[in-house]
Amino acid sequence: MPNAAQVPRAALSRLVVLRLLAVQTAVLAPHLPRLPPWAAALVAMILVWRTAATLRGWPMLAGWMRVLLTLGAFVGIYASFGRVSGQTAGVALITVMAALKLTELKSRRDLMVMVFLLYFLLVTHFLFSQALWTAAYLLAAATLITALLIDANHPGAALPLRVVAVMAGGLVLRAVPLMALIFVLFPRIPGPIWGLPADAGAARSGLSDSMAPGAISELVGSDAVAFRVRFDAAVPPPAARYWRGPSFLRFDGRSWDSGSRAGAIDAPAAELRGTGYGYELTLEPTRTPWLFALDLPARQGSPDDALINADYQLVLARGEVRERRRYRLQSYPDYRLQPSLPGALRTLATALPGASNPRAQALARQWRAAAVSDAAIVDRALRMFREQPFHYTLSPPLLGRDPVDAFLFETRRGFCEHYASSFAVLMRAAGIPARVVTGYQGGERNAIGDYWIVRQSDAHAWTEVWLAGRGWVRVDPTAAVAPERIERGIGSAIDSTELPDFLNPALRNGYRFDLRARWDWLNARWNQWVLGYGPELQDDFLRRFGIGEWREMILVMTALLTLTLSAFGLLLLRRSTPRQRDDAPTRAWRRLQRRLARAGLPQLASEGAADYAARVAAARPDLASTITAAAQRYIAARYVDSDDSRDLRALKAAIARVRP
Amino acid sequence: MSPTSVPDLQAALAALSTIILGKERPLRLALTCLLARGHLLIEDLPGVGKTTLALALARVFGLHFQRLQFTSDLLPADIIGVSIYDSGAGSFRFHPGPVFSEVVLADEINRASPKTQSALLEAMEERQVTADGTTRALPDPFFVVATQNPGEQVGTYPLPESQLDRFLMRLSLGYPAASAERALLIEPARRDLLAELPPVLSAARLRALQAQVRTVRTAPPLIDYLLALIQATREHRSLRHGLSPRAGLALKHAAQAWALLDGRSGVIPEDVQAVFTAVSGHRLSVAERADAQTVAAEILASVAIP
Repeated sequence: MPNAAQVPRAALSRLVVLRLLAVQTAVLAPHLPRLPPWAAALVAMILVWRTAATLRGWPMLAGWMRVLLTLGAFVGIYASFGRVSGQTAGVALITVMAALKLTELKSRRDLMVMVFLLYFLLVTHFLFSQALWTAAYLLAAATLITALLIDANHPGAALPLRVVAVMAGGLVLRAVPLMALIFVLFPRIPGPIWGLPADAGAARSGLSDSMAPGAISELVGSDAVAFRVRFDAAVPPPAARYWRGPSFLRFDGRSWDSGSRAGAIDAPAAELRGTGYGYELTLEPTRTPWLFALDLPARQGSPDDALINADYQLVLARGEVRERRRYRLQSYPDYRLQPSLPGALRTLATALPGASNPRAQALARQWRAAAVSDAAIVDRALRMFREQPFHYTLSPPLLGRDPVDAFLFETRRGFCEHYASSFAVLMRAAGIPARVVTGYQGGERNAIGDYWIVRQSDAHAWTEVWLAGRGWVRVDPTAAVAPERIERGIGSAIDSTELPDFLNPALRNGYRFDLRARWDWLNARWNQWVLGYGPELQDDFLRRFGIGEWREMILVMTALLTLTLSAFGLLLLRRSTPRQRDDAPTRAWRRLQRRLARAGLPQLASEGAADYAARVAAARPDLASTITAAAQRYIAARYVDSDDSRDLRALKAAIARVRP
Repeated sequence: MSPTSVPDLQAALAALSTIILGKERPLRLALTCLLARGHLLIEDLPGVGKTTLALALARVFGLHFQRLQFTSDLLPADIIGVSIYDSGAGSFRFHPGPVFSEVVLADEINRASPKTQSALLEAMEERQVTADGTTRALPDPFFVVATQNPGEQVGTYPLPESQLDRFLMRLSLGYPAASAERALLIEPARRDLLAELPPVLSAARLRALQAQVRTVRTAPPLIDYLLALIQATREHRSLRHGLSPRAGLALKHAAQAWALLDGRSGVIPEDVQAVFTAVSGHRLSVAERADAQTVAAEILASVAIP
């Protein structure tokens, strides 16, 4: 009998090897950019060499060469990473080793090893990316590997491609329900499934905790999603769509930061008026404690682990946003923030480094002398931006030692950070408390899913000035220079030659834009329901089915799995052995078997009726006569008498007399 | 229990049991082999009663008995017979050899050369002998009991597998049980008792019984069971190859004979199980480190009765 566990050591056909190479290339390719260049080159070279060797019938590498290559690769990985384990080094090592396996692969057994190695390698991609397209790609690759596995199990020549593909596709399809079941039921631990400690250090683009000229304009090139927002009902008008982030009080003549007040957590008094906007915000990981919110969020209803700091910024009480996070807020665009300004804060908010930007300071002092009120000075400054030839551009010229002076009086070309910074400097020089606030402005509606996407390209900086009786008032000098920026987004405010493609208004219509919206919608769903399927969502979901405890859940999962597998096994069994219908005497005899089995005396499958009767008679002398009689009847009816002479009635009567 | 009950067979078995003590099962199998018109190979040590068994069988059925001691210089003519010129009649006259007996004991068959072995084995299969262009039928019944000593290897020609197939069964008697051995030592010699044993049956009766064996019913579920067993030998891991169709037939005939001996007119699975090891043991080609007996037992235990 051919032993299933034995894998024939037969040589492989050329076609199978070529298929292996194709599948392996598909599995390894996404890893190549993550490898050190020499390793990527080695892997690619081996793949090419093996393909050529298979086609031309070249011999495999000699043993010593393989040993040398393997040791060399090992040492190389160690030299490149300083270790051979961990996410990147470990994956690099097995990727290279999987390629090196090709230098000796010749038997079916090797192919089997390769197939399982590839399955493992496939999963490692999730350590680097859990995006929707990765999952789709991996599913396709898993189908390919399964096809290879079918080939590997088929002795002799390679199967036709169509047969293998259909079988593999069928197998994977049949695995999908099981996959979904395990996905839903598998117990979750808090935190991302695939996140490794090493992964957390990855650099991410986004706002930082200081602002220098050029900091924001750099972000415009990135179409990465900062967060997505779903409003409960009404959507605020574009001019009110300011997403508040960190604000900066200290100016060193060139850049802004939070200064000594960083970490102050005493929230200033805020009076929220009118009707608010309720919304749910899904924030991408930022590696900062900031939670962005529409100006100005209410304290009530904000996440439990968040607080509002002294700049009225919503931040996490501890820790950072390391994984995608969803939270609900209520915001009120009509507000009065900190109507009475503490003296210390007023000092901080009007401080300027004395020697810097003298021309700007002089101009502000001049305004102060002529003005009747603080509000008039604000208007005066905004009028200057509006009336003088200021230009809103992504590529401002470089500024010198006094950037505000250079910008205001010479170049007059700048991005929002230049306007916010110089406006704040002017206000401070005029004695008005002012600070720079960074965050995002605007957003793009996704019509497919009816939500708003705010990207890094929507990053913005504006100012807040403190006016007596009104508290902190938002003043956006960019709006004075380029009102389109606020009303219609950055794409309309900047000359299209400067814009990255994805912001170009000429390209924002038609099918590409539509596709992009659909894709983002799909990604949002994926993030929310697949990657975001953490302990809380699982709890919610399972509670709907009345499963509260994870212990119960494991139990249910085991039970479901067992049932599914046994049902499947039973189905296979039924199909492979067409069940014979028992003949009439045997049907009667089965009753006796069941009765005696309950009494602890089951009949063995290989035990004849006479032997069984003798065994029962020995074990239960009280049954000896009846069981012997019944067995004789059964034997007569089944083996001795011909079909028409047999006496079923007598058999049944004899069987009925056996009463254990 | 059934109209086919055969008291004279039971009497024959009882008579045999007085000669070979404490060996009821081998005796039954030997008798079964005779009833199924098969030949018997006994593989055992010298002195455990092989010759006595053959003699007793011949005696009980009132058959003519010849013993042939196989040696390396035994020639085919020594078995089959030889034509000698009769000067009186002026022609060659055939002197039949020992093979023309109803019961032939071929002692230590593996000592003779393959040529001589095959002369006997051919006679066993064909039940006739061709010498000098004339075909002469062997007596009916014709029953060969061959023995071989498994221990000795030097100077022997072990029977090849194809020849082993000519034997319906292979048995071994083994040492007697303690009580039987005590009786052997105390009572008069078995050969003397044998001489006093009256025939229980006749050759004609034996022929009738042999014919009756072929009429014992094998019901469809029993045929299914035989097929399942044969299939199992072909799929067993420790067997190089399984039972041939001829072996399947042999198994069926032996089971029929066993059923008749039990006084049944239909074969039941237990009958097949009773003869399975004896019939299949020498036909199974066992991979090294396995033993036919164990494999046969394994198969019997694993194949479900349909």
